[in-house]
Amino acid sequence: MSAPTVTGSMSSLTLGRRRHLTDLVMRGLCGVAALGAAAVLLLLLGHVVIQGAPALSLQLLTSLPTPLGVEGGGIAHAVVGSAIMVGLGCLWGIPLGIAAGMFLSEYAGARTGSFVRFTADVLSGVPSIVIGIFAYTIVVAPLSGFSGLAGAFALGLITLPIVARTTEEVMRLVPPELREASLALGVPRWRTILAVVLPTASTGVLTGAILALARVAGETAPLIFTALGNNFFSLDPNRPMASITLTIFQYAIWPYEYLHRQAWAASFLLVLFILIVNVSVRLAARNSGVR
Amino acid sequence: MHPGARSTSESTPPVIRTEAPMIRPQNPPVEAPAIGMRVARLSAWYGKHQAIRDVTLDIPERNVTAIIGPSGCGKSTLVRCLNRMHEVVRGARAEGEVIIGGLNIYDPAVDPVALRREVGMVFQRANPFPTMTIFENVVAGLRLTGRHNGRELREVAERSLQRAALWEEVKDKLNTPGTDLSGGQQQRLCIARALAVNPNVLLMDEPASALDPVATLRIEELIRALRDEIMIVIVTHNMQQAARVSDQTAFMLAGEERVGELIEVGPTTQIFTNPRDKRTEDYITGRFG
Repeated sequence: MSAPTVTGSMSSLTLGRRRHLTDLVMRGLCGVAALGAAAVLLLLLGHVVIQGAPALSLQLLTSLPTPLGVEGGGIAHAVVGSAIMVGLGCLWGIPLGIAAGMFLSEYAGARTGSFVRFTADVLSGVPSIVIGIFAYTIVVAPLSGFSGLAGAFALGLITLPIVARTTEEVMRLVPPELREASLALGVPRWRTILAVVLPTASTGVLTGAILALARVAGETAPLIFTALGNNFFSLDPNRPMASITLTIFQYAIWPYEYLHRQAWAASFLLVLFILIVNVSVRLAARNSGVR
Repeated sequence: MHPGARSTSESTPPVIRTEAPMIRPQNPPVEAPAIGMRVARLSAWYGKHQAIRDVTLDIPERNVTAIIGPSGCGKSTLVRCLNRMHEVVRGARAEGEVIIGGLNIYDPAVDPVALRREVGMVFQRANPFPTMTIFENVVAGLRLTGRHNGRELREVAERSLQRAALWEEVKDKLNTPGTDLSGGQQQRLCIARALAVNPNVLLMDEPASALDPVATLRIEELIRALRDEIMIVIVTHNMQQAARVSDQTAFMLAGEERVGELIEVGPTTQIFTNPRDKRTEDYITGRFG
């Protein structure tokens, strides 16, 4: 082609104006899409707050359901049930997940590692209703029937792969020099992992564990076939147990206005809990500088 | 208690010398030094790649041996074989003999974990444990092997920090994080940590290559001070450093297949003034490497 001339460069200026216009339009469209996504979240949160906040009261949290059709009452049984099942679920799911993550990061060979990693990824992708049916088949059906324990089993099963993969990721970030420094002092490998590698990764491990807890606190489907729900206050994990999510589901389909209001309040409570946990974990992680 | 605890260089911090002689005056040998470590036909591999071949080398007691050579000549691999840290890398293995105190450390009966308490190691990059304080770092090797006597730990910490010439600088802030120290101080903290388990041999893999000149000189002073108490094997690609700190120098070079071999070993003065091998001479006169 010929060498660029002054007029040639002028004509490219006009072309540039069209490009500039395309750029503006595309940028605008992306902005609108981003705004739309944020707006949906804000609308949803706003709706839950507007409907739920006025109905949330100490009385709601501390009293039990009234007989059907009688105004008043509360969801104390569901709050306690959720706390017990989430607690028990995390009690087995999180330690096992941390151990699995430790195995993946420190011990697994290439082949076993990729196999276990793949299984964990598939498990965390399994729809939670399927986890519920699975728990029904191996815990509820052969044993004594619906129970809080079966619910905790299903919730733990959901935390397990999440915690395993986050633990693996953060332990891999620990520099190999630290492992070598410890081994070179004559410290056995298992002790090195527990006393040097794990503490160095602890902020990340804790973050993963708490986010897994917040995730299962909002699960409904795995509890339908396991904990079943309960309209009465129960601390016995061998019996059917209420949860906040199951209560929202039940109350929302009853034809009583006061129950709808309680369901909104419970939704607000749940969203508030998850929001607070997420924000505080992120703040704590930022302040301690996750490695 | 430490039956093997040797008299320390007391608490006077080493003076930083502004001019270090290229070659340290050697004391005339009074008697033939006892052999502390004997390396015989040692070869090492990473997977299929052979890193060093048939290295044979004697290291006397109370001696600083420097291993020099260009990058990739296998000098780091050689020292990592001396406390069996080499085999920590996946797929790595070694053959041959390393005899310390009459015992071949590659004998199947030898526990590599116990061996590493006798043969300590300091790495190129200072690597204090980031979750531990200065004090906890120094006594980590003791605590993590089940020794928890508070008085013993405090005594060992003070003695080790003094031997590493760090005590005066940190004695008032033992409970601050080890990673708050400067780079040179962190490396001396790592030396103190290695000394705290009271090893007979200290391996140093380019311990000063990430430090500034002043911090480097302090490490070199420290090596000279420790010389009378402990066997030291130091890897360095800084020839002046080898000349300054060592009694004996070993020169390694990788051949065409990138397999490192020992070319020549001898008293440091002889290696630097009158090398027997042409390749050693070419290297130390800066013709390559």
